[in-house]
Amino acid sequence: MASKSWLNFLTFLCGSAIGFFLCSQLFSILLGQQSNNQPNILHNDPHARHSDDNGGNHLEGQMNFNVDASQHKDENTDIAEHLYQKVKILCWIMTGPQNLEKKAKHVKATWAQRCNKVLFMSSEENKDFPTVGLKTKEGRDQLYWKTIKAFHYVHDHYLEDADWFMKADDDTYVIVDNLRWLLSKHDPKDPIYFGRRFKPYVKQGYMSGGAGYVLSKEALKRFVDAFKTDKCTHSSSIEDLAMGKCMEIMNVEAGDSRDTTGKETFHPFVPEHHLIKGYLPRTFWYWNYNYYPPVEGPGCCSDLAISFHYVDSTTMYELEYLVYHLRPYGYLYRYQPALPENILKEISQANKNEDPKVKLGNP
Amino acid sequence: MVSASGALFLKGMLLGSISWVLITLFGQIHIRHGDQTRDHEHHHLRPPNGKDFLNISEMPFMELGKSIRVFCIILGETQDEMYWPILKETWPKHCDKAELYATKNDNLFNIRIERNDKWIQMRKTYKHVFEKYGNNYNWFFLALPTTFAVIENLKYLLFTRDASQPFYLGHTTVSGDLEYVTVEGGIVLSIESMTRLHRLLNNSENCADQSVIWKLPEDKQLAICLKQAGVLAENAEDNQGKDVFNTKPVVYLIQKYMSNNPQQVVEGCCSDMAITFNGLTLQKMEVMMYGVYRLRAFGHHYNDTLVFLPPNGSEND
Repeated sequence: MASKSWLNFLTFLCGSAIGFFLCSQLFSILLGQQSNNQPNILHNDPHARHSDDNGGNHLEGQMNFNVDASQHKDENTDIAEHLYQKVKILCWIMTGPQNLEKKAKHVKATWAQRCNKVLFMSSEENKDFPTVGLKTKEGRDQLYWKTIKAFHYVHDHYLEDADWFMKADDDTYVIVDNLRWLLSKHDPKDPIYFGRRFKPYVKQGYMSGGAGYVLSKEALKRFVDAFKTDKCTHSSSIEDLAMGKCMEIMNVEAGDSRDTTGKETFHPFVPEHHLIKGYLPRTFWYWNYNYYPPVEGPGCCSDLAISFHYVDSTTMYELEYLVYHLRPYGYLYRYQPALPENILKEISQANKNEDPKVKLGNP
Repeated sequence: MVSASGALFLKGMLLGSISWVLITLFGQIHIRHGDQTRDHEHHHLRPPNGKDFLNISEMPFMELGKSIRVFCIILGETQDEMYWPILKETWPKHCDKAELYATKNDNLFNIRIERNDKWIQMRKTYKHVFEKYGNNYNWFFLALPTTFAVIENLKYLLFTRDASQPFYLGHTTVSGDLEYVTVEGGIVLSIESMTRLHRLLNNSENCADQSVIWKLPEDKQLAICLKQAGVLAENAEDNQGKDVFNTKPVVYLIQKYMSNNPQQVVEGCCSDMAITFNGLTLQKMEVMMYGVYRLRAFGHHYNDTLVFLPPNGSEND
């Protein structure tokens, strides 16, 4: 009889423990709490498109770090503002109706506003967001169509509003100030385009679609011209490769976007994937695609990086915070790049008597 | 038909679920209550603003930076020793000196430390550090191996403060009538606080383990101990009132901010001069090194009063 009551007691205890445990698990699942370890999503195909959001990492709200201007009262942005006027960039972002709330919204809340002009390109028009309707379908095979139509739209409506024309995805984070620094050394009348240069299939190389690429005004004119004269057509649905082939046909140079120490500026992945040695396996396609010798570890990435790709909504804000907000007070950065001569002269003229070197300080 | 023991099992489950609900509810109420009392007796510390700089001597800016010497204590467990060579090459390089104190240091402490006895470990560490380094450093920063710190921002926070005053700073929490600095955010003690602490610790009867039923965490025990010497905790904030010592990673704070503020445009989650984030892996530390010390936007220049040089012979900062 005693053993039976013991058994009953044990059963009861087990039941309560399991009930306790189940309840806490159920509750945490309901709250949608994610563990700190993000899954290692290695994108197996350089031309792979992102499946529509793995898992529920949707941020409901929006954040504007720049609302409180008093945080930056010690900041001098003269040079950045000067470059804003001198190097006019139109950014168009490839998105779709299903991604406006999930992705494009966060692009709009962070880096997009720093472009001189920004357009969100979708298959359908949306007057509220707003997006331009390209009248295509959605899907992986439509990407080059969307690109062709988007560049044509920009050419037809905004050619004189900018010198350079940047294409990005809705999961690309672009540091527009650093893009201006790169482009300030070049002439928009030259037929040239910049991005993360890949080597296969195209002799002069082509630019990774996801890392973003930017065409000079002349390059854009030649692209549109190519379709008018049938020199280029919708030859494939692999957007970046087809674009690269067309650029080569039209004698648009594939530029070297690396910084003055040879470090890459456009990145096909998030910083972590490049900075951690061994993160990308040796057999990964990336190692054979890079035009210049690929580097992992701190040498992977320029201090003045221009873009990162496969950036989810939280990482958009994280990058925004790290680039434009968090800084080590008083720190003398190792890499101190200069501005090109012509821009320096303009700034010193603009400041009349002030010594331009004093102004430059720690860019 | 449910058997007798099956019914018992189900009753047990029901009891378990109800007790979980009750415990969680009580937990929430306690936290909320804690938050409310926070506002009343909160001690805040903020960095110097423009006016403070005018009172500073004519010392050149680089000299000013050198007058603050920070010793970094990384308080870990045995397994952290394996990762120390890697961790050491990240943010601790920016301390004037940094050391790992792990439980395995038997030669450091004459008795073996129980795995769970974090307070004893902390006491012995503070005592040892004061005796060995008390003459050469004026600020002592204690962090966990999962914490990333921007020492330059710590120096900015501290440099108009007099280290001969008893400062005890970090991210504070209130528990009952005790305000204490949570160890996850990092603990800053001035040399005066270290001196007073050491005086107490010299007598092993002082600051004994205060645990009653379950173990009292070591950061609370430190606060109780320091209180005896008249050293009180202060929460460190920036000029906008945002915490600069954070007990969570950036990503967590962003997500929390977004879920609490679902409306259109809101302020940023974190301070521009944040000092710590906690809960980082070694890989994330490497990313922070790049994000903080290298990655930036061209053309943005700051008129800083202090100058800090990068450490010798490294490439990740």
